[in-house]
Amino acid sequence: MRNAWIICRKELGSYFVSPVAYLLLTMFGVIFGFFFWNALGYFVIEGMQMQMRGQTFPMNVNEQIIRPLLSNVSVVGLFFIPMITMRLFAEEKRTGTIELLATSPVRDLEIILGKWTAAMVLYSCLLLFTALNFGFLFKYGNPDWKPLAVGYLGLLLQAGALLAIGTFISTLTRNQIIAGAATFGVCLLLWVLGWVSGYETATWARVLAYMSVITHFESFGRGVLDSKDAVFYLTVIFLGLFFTARSMESLRWRS
Amino acid sequence: MIKVQALTKKYARTVAVDQISFEVAKGQIVGFLGPNGAGKTTTMRMLTCFLPPSAGTATVAGFDVLEQPLEVKRRIGYLPETPPIYPEMETAEYLKFVGKLKGLSGTDLQKRVDYACDRCAVADVKKKLLGKLSKGYRQRVGLAQAIIHNPDVLILDEPTAGLDPKQINETRDLIKGLAGDHTIILSTHILPEVEQTCEQVIIINKGKLVATDSVRNLQARARGAESVLVEIAGRNGNLEAGIVQHKLEQVAGVSRVLSKGKDNGRAVFEVESQKGRFVRGDLARVVVECGWDLNELRPAAMSLEEIFLQLTGSEASAGTEQAVGKREQQ
Repeated sequence: MRNAWIICRKELGSYFVSPVAYLLLTMFGVIFGFFFWNALGYFVIEGMQMQMRGQTFPMNVNEQIIRPLLSNVSVVGLFFIPMITMRLFAEEKRTGTIELLATSPVRDLEIILGKWTAAMVLYSCLLLFTALNFGFLFKYGNPDWKPLAVGYLGLLLQAGALLAIGTFISTLTRNQIIAGAATFGVCLLLWVLGWVSGYETATWARVLAYMSVITHFESFGRGVLDSKDAVFYLTVIFLGLFFTARSMESLRWRS
Repeated sequence: MIKVQALTKKYARTVAVDQISFEVAKGQIVGFLGPNGAGKTTTMRMLTCFLPPSAGTATVAGFDVLEQPLEVKRRIGYLPETPPIYPEMETAEYLKFVGKLKGLSGTDLQKRVDYACDRCAVADVKKKLLGKLSKGYRQRVGLAQAIIHNPDVLILDEPTAGLDPKQINETRDLIKGLAGDHTIILSTHILPEVEQTCEQVIIINKGKLVATDSVRNLQARARGAESVLVEIAGRNGNLEAGIVQHKLEQVAGVSRVLSKGKDNGRAVFEVESQKGRFVRGDLARVVVECGWDLNELRPAAMSLEEIFLQLTGSEASAGTEQAVGKREQQ
């Protein structure tokens, strides 16, 4: 696993030496900041209205700010994940550096894990921005930290699954744009699949809906750790990385 | 050190490498020669475990490329056709990364990085971004990358491609200097390079092995019987070509005289000597004694280039074996 760590460090270096990481961080920070500001605005207005009407429904920071924001992040993540994964293998194939990796005494699995882990680390850096904002809630309010922690776990698992898919797609082409666009398409599809459950209850519809990565996030967002959803994400991660490994192998046999 | 037996690589429709067998002894520099698309790169990729062979076996330092790829990779330094560099990395950073990948660490790593930098003359660009380096420097960084873990075997795919003449010379010297410690296979289609750097040549064409021998033997095989071009002119503008030919044939050691054309008082002959006989002096004497002018006398020996063309040329490819055989008989 030492080799996976070496590769991971190198990938992180590439992310943070080039403008890629900073661009993603800035964009994500701005977008999430806007969401946060909005959610907070609504919350404050609502609170004031309730006071004026003399209603005393309990206001809940977790339910009214954190939960919708977390599901926002899970959707926004879909847009950022292709930008993180598209270069992982496509670039190496294009510049020929894949030959260096493939002829070094390193296992394919170590290369794949290293790259995927680096992508995970970058995504976690994005999430750090949200933590910054949520920090304010803890400073001025009194939210429960446990549902938030479960929410983060869910975000990480969901990202892991999509990043694994993106990593796989990146091995299929030497063109980063194609890798990015295809990953984006798959991510979007995996999001909207859940919508069929709204009007259709047949088995096929339930199967489709089950495949949606977003529906599995709902319970995490609520702060509920459901093993069924965790297993779904872990399965997708495993499958994604497994297919990546097979794809790398076929790369050699076909070339 | 390297043993290749009936190595074959088939792609969907084509056979890139067809039943190649050869051996390379420890410490040798071997030139891997062939026209573009002959299968050089494919063979090298199989030796470096980048591509699996379709059939046949290859072993490096006793380890099979299919069975124990990690052991093979540990013992091989590989410079692909385009140096595998990351443009966003600095030279030293990159070499460190590669060193770590190859299993080096700590002070050992630092020492090897310094050594490789010195050896390949890239120490002055240690802190520069690889993307900003010139082609020559990139190539040398690629070479430094290949020797970083002190591998037993170096496999270099066209190490001098795209360099200017000065850089080519430097790179050649560098490769020669590395020969003592490493077994080197280098591919090229530049012939003087092989003549100057390699001890052994493997010529392949269209995926097939055409010849494998030492450079000297190959040249001797082609030159074995020396052949000389003689241009002779008569004094008064008339010359009996038949008489001249007869006289030349009588010189001791001459095996054959071919007329290569004549016009108003001049005649050109190609004179072949028996193996090991040196006839140029005697030829000159005979010509002068007979009262003719000796306009030109030059060896028509084959350079490696001619051998190469002869062996790989399209019209000769069908009869390469005969061509070589014929030369040997002569």
